[in-house]
Amino acid sequence: MSAGVTTARERRVQRAEQRRSSFSLMRNLALREIRAEYKRTLLGRVWSLLNPVAQIAIFSLVFGVLFEIEAPPGTNSGVDFFPLWIGIGVITWGYVSGSISGGMSALLGNAGLLSKVYFERSVLVIASIVASTTTFLTELAVLVVIMAFVGGPAILLTLPLLVPLLALTIAFVIGLSLMLSVALVFFRDLEHLWRIFTQIWLYASGVMFPVTLVQTAQDRFTAEGVLLNGQPLPLVTLFELNPAERILASFRNIIYDYAVPSLDTWLYIGLWSFGMLVIGALVFRRFSRNVVEEL
Amino acid sequence: MSDSAIVVDRVSKSFRVYQERNQSIKAAVLRRGRSKYSDFKALDDVSFEIPRGSTFGLMGRNGSGKSTLLKCMARILNPDSGSIMMDGRVAAMLEVGSGFHPELSGRENVYLNGAILGMRKEEIDAKFDRIVEFSGVGDFIDQPVKNYSSGMYVRLGFSVSIHVEPDILLVDEVLAVGDMDFQEKCMEKFAQFRDEGRTVVVVSHGLEQMRSFCDHAAWLEHGVVRDVGPASRIVDEYADSSHAAKQVDGGGTRFGTGEIQVDRIEVLAADGSDPDRLATGDAMVVRAHYTAHETVERPVLGVSIGTREGVHVWGTHGFDAGWVPERIEPGSGSIDVSIAGLPLLPGTYDVSTVVQDFRRTVIFDSLQRGTSFALQRGDRDNAGGIVALDATFGGLAPEQPLVPLSRLR
Repeated sequence: MSAGVTTARERRVQRAEQRRSSFSLMRNLALREIRAEYKRTLLGRVWSLLNPVAQIAIFSLVFGVLFEIEAPPGTNSGVDFFPLWIGIGVITWGYVSGSISGGMSALLGNAGLLSKVYFERSVLVIASIVASTTTFLTELAVLVVIMAFVGGPAILLTLPLLVPLLALTIAFVIGLSLMLSVALVFFRDLEHLWRIFTQIWLYASGVMFPVTLVQTAQDRFTAEGVLLNGQPLPLVTLFELNPAERILASFRNIIYDYAVPSLDTWLYIGLWSFGMLVIGALVFRRFSRNVVEEL
Repeated sequence: MSDSAIVVDRVSKSFRVYQERNQSIKAAVLRRGRSKYSDFKALDDVSFEIPRGSTFGLMGRNGSGKSTLLKCMARILNPDSGSIMMDGRVAAMLEVGSGFHPELSGRENVYLNGAILGMRKEEIDAKFDRIVEFSGVGDFIDQPVKNYSSGMYVRLGFSVSIHVEPDILLVDEVLAVGDMDFQEKCMEKFAQFRDEGRTVVVVSHGLEQMRSFCDHAAWLEHGVVRDVGPASRIVDEYADSSHAAKQVDGGGTRFGTGEIQVDRIEVLAADGSDPDRLATGDAMVVRAHYTAHETVERPVLGVSIGTREGVHVWGTHGFDAGWVPERIEPGSGSIDVSIAGLPLLPGTYDVSTVVQDFRRTVIFDSLQRGTSFALQRGDRDNAGGIVALDATFGGLAPEQPLVPLSRLR
């Protein structure tokens, strides 16, 4: 009787110990990724800021100046500065797509390690995402500081909302990455397929144009008589079904508009994130057992 | 609680050997999800227990399933059925330094590798100096590991692994890493492990290494346990039958890969007199007549003497003696091993030879009991045993007169 109690406690202690060492490993792997990324480059970590700056500049020129896309001015901030608007989109999208592609190849890329040592396999995927998240956070911080200069310190009022939004975004990418990482081991084609999908997803997420542009297109179709069962084509609804679009819109809402995303947006993102995390974890647990044999 | 550190209970594991593999979606669709494969049973209903504190060897030929079993113990692979109970903290050394990142410094890699093996930061902090000292990389510790020599790389990796101080250590063929000094250090560390009551499981091809290093062993063949028991017995059995030992004309048995063979072992008296008159204390020469069928790089010759009852009395090999030829060209020849004085009691002794590769993982030729010699009484008698030690009596306290020598002879 008492022996049973001690073993249960022992098991609990053992599990706690395992969690601690898994966490320690995760931290070390994330550090490895962060440290090694810019090793032997002249500018080092500055690159992690220069890259998005260059991207923002290009996108601003092409879409802001050449295509003359206009973003609605910030609802509460009154800021009307296209590079900042597109910057939030570029950086957030860069994080979502980058962390997923990184997390996805975490198992395959560490084949040598997986076949030599046992550790909690999901640690690899999560460490990769933690590494991209830290980069994302610094980029985000720079954006927020610039916004505070341009639009005033009222940003402090909505800033705390970034915490739950970030948590949901991270849950979303972790869930999806867990699923894709094991799938990639069994089907190597996925890597290329996913690259194409990401291209489509980029445009479907409204990184460089606002939803008003989609609305305009929908209205034009309606005016031209292109209808679906007598109703206008539901382009806007389809557009907003995309969880990444909602996530991007929410980041813009908080940082650019100084506004609070609507409740249904929160619920919708929450549902996707939670769903992805649960499904991703289940798929990972089911299929990661025999992953070593397929590497 | 039983006194087993590891209980392997009816473990089976098979691998799919694909003829055509569905690694692309197109292939999967075209073949409707069916890919051609056959099952290869790497482990078939394997059961045994490993006592706590023992040094346990897994033996078998390539493909016998020993590495698969070790990987199952390390939880890298999952058995299809059956279970493996491991009692305590486990560390596996399947390939040292496998988690190293070439661009990071040795220091950073120690922390990373330590974490991979399940150590926490405080633990590594505490052991860091000892890890570096053991590895002997010294000031290189802050250099990126890509600048390391392969020896340093392996030594650092090994040092991290061994400082995990696990209750159960799984080792796969890594005993042959580093130079002689380092190997010796590792052996010492393993011995210390054993003394501390930790369990060590080793997979190795080196039979002599297994015999001297392990106390228990299991012998696997085609995924099935052939025998489990004391290491010396298992090694003998394995050596005799698994290597398809052949009776040799003129006595003895041999096995080995056969690139080079010892045709005949000759025992000579060092002074050229009749070898049948060898006596305790005499100098002796063991001459191994060999035939090489191809060029053999750095062959290591070993010689051992045993009693008729099978007690291993003495052995040495070129590695220990510091005498390894760079190569032996095809053809015949002989090698002499001189023994300055035979401190053995009268009796009949068998002489065996073994020729191994430089890393001592491949046995080219093992000639067991290739010849024997009878030792006569020397000028001094000993009461019993096997060896004749140079002993003198004295120091009787309180002092008494001794019986005169003339009365004793």
